[in-house]
Amino acid sequence: MSKNDGIGKTLLVAFAICIVCSVVVSTAAVVLKPAQEANKTLDRKRNILAAAGMLEPGRSVEEQFAQVQTRVIDLKTGEFTDQRNPENYEPVKAAKDPSQSIDLSQEEDIAGIGRRENYALVYLVEGSGGDLDKVILPVRGYGLWSTLYGFIALESDLNTIAGLGFYEHGETPGLGGEVDNPRWKALWPGKQVYRDGEVEIELIKGSVEPDNPRAEWRVDGLSGATLTSRGVTHLVQFWLGEQGYQPFLNNLKSGEA
Amino acid sequence: MAKSELMDTLSTPIFRNNPIALQILGICSALAVTTSLQVTVVMCIALTSVTALSNFFISLIRSQIPSSIRIIVQMTIIASLVIVVDQVLKAVAYEISKQLSVFVGLIITNCIVMGRAEAFAMKNPPLPSFVDGIGNGLGYSVVLLVVAFFRELFGSGKLFGFEILPLANEGGWYSPNGLMLLAPSAFFLIGLFIWALRSWDKQQVEEPDFKMAPHTAAEEGA
Repeated sequence: MSKNDGIGKTLLVAFAICIVCSVVVSTAAVVLKPAQEANKTLDRKRNILAAAGMLEPGRSVEEQFAQVQTRVIDLKTGEFTDQRNPENYEPVKAAKDPSQSIDLSQEEDIAGIGRRENYALVYLVEGSGGDLDKVILPVRGYGLWSTLYGFIALESDLNTIAGLGFYEHGETPGLGGEVDNPRWKALWPGKQVYRDGEVEIELIKGSVEPDNPRAEWRVDGLSGATLTSRGVTHLVQFWLGEQGYQPFLNNLKSGEA
Repeated sequence: MAKSELMDTLSTPIFRNNPIALQILGICSALAVTTSLQVTVVMCIALTSVTALSNFFISLIRSQIPSSIRIIVQMTIIASLVIVVDQVLKAVAYEISKQLSVFVGLIITNCIVMGRAEAFAMKNPPLPSFVDGIGNGLGYSVVLLVVAFFRELFGSGKLFGFEILPLANEGGWYSPNGLMLLAPSAFFLIGLFIWALRSWDKQQVEEPDFKMAPHTAAEEGA
């Protein structure tokens, strides 16, 4: 037995290693925290702009985000609220907390999210004249393998889609993963959401025929990804429906939000 | 230690004694992070620096480590380094660290890091250990980069994100091979790489563990 194997020495080495390593790790964590936070915020802003189809590669994200106003709304009443601070409120986290969310019944929960938060974030984009240009709404829902997280942007008529994009998902690359394909995303702008007050937008199998009477409300499905396409339909229908942002959009339209 | 010996320590693991191709270690991350070259390069840098630094620090205190707790001491040092690397990535390369997600953390369990710590750093002085870590990291990197080159080129028609083969669904002529984006393709590519390497350097071919017996059923029946 060598001199290192005594109990005292073993404890001493273990203790010393733990102290040194924990100091190193916590120093790194503390020193790098501000940079990480800044990255996270920047990433979120970039995702919001990209979903709305407003991201211009040449300009800085901060500068482009200056015209976007972040607000908190109460999903039930559809009104703006100051119950939460838009700077640090995290809706997805709130949805897991029973005191800040509601349980969805089977029929209501078409998007497969389980619980829905009481307060949501919305992003209002101002036009050059200071009036409302676009509204960007966070959406999420279950596809085939994973929950898709993204944003949908509506034009100022609150009915025409300006863009849709996902920033996080785990769908099959090449099939469901094609939700990220710019050519597919380009099909969305100009589509209509509501028809006589009901959410009508839907993905269909194959391509939309131009003479389809409902072509304005139909988007091509992703080939080879029926379940992901269905998931996208459901999440858009859920979040733009009664349980989602519809009350808020109605208020906004009548100027009462 | 002589300079040439250091060079040997550095270069042997790259082709002659490659940790992935000869020792078949560290396969898991080779499957997971090789769909695009950019991500792969970052992963290789992360793994190489962790291997080199963990070898260095473990070698530095090797004469003080009680043998009964040596594995856990190695693990503690490796884990701390991995956390630091992960934190640095989140601060300076956020996009890529998001794509690497859990695989940076999984460097802790990468057999190459543990293997080199136990096999080399516990017995050798700090400088050679550091060089050995770099060498093994580079050996890992070579395989990963080759695999990522083929997976990105044939899976998405790009290299480092630049378009090489215009994709059919974006108006070009190339229909990407979807298998290349999934983990099994890396198995095939690593297999082919090992085959090519062992045809070049016959020494690496292993003795068969057993010999197939000749077919005897017919004789017994007769």
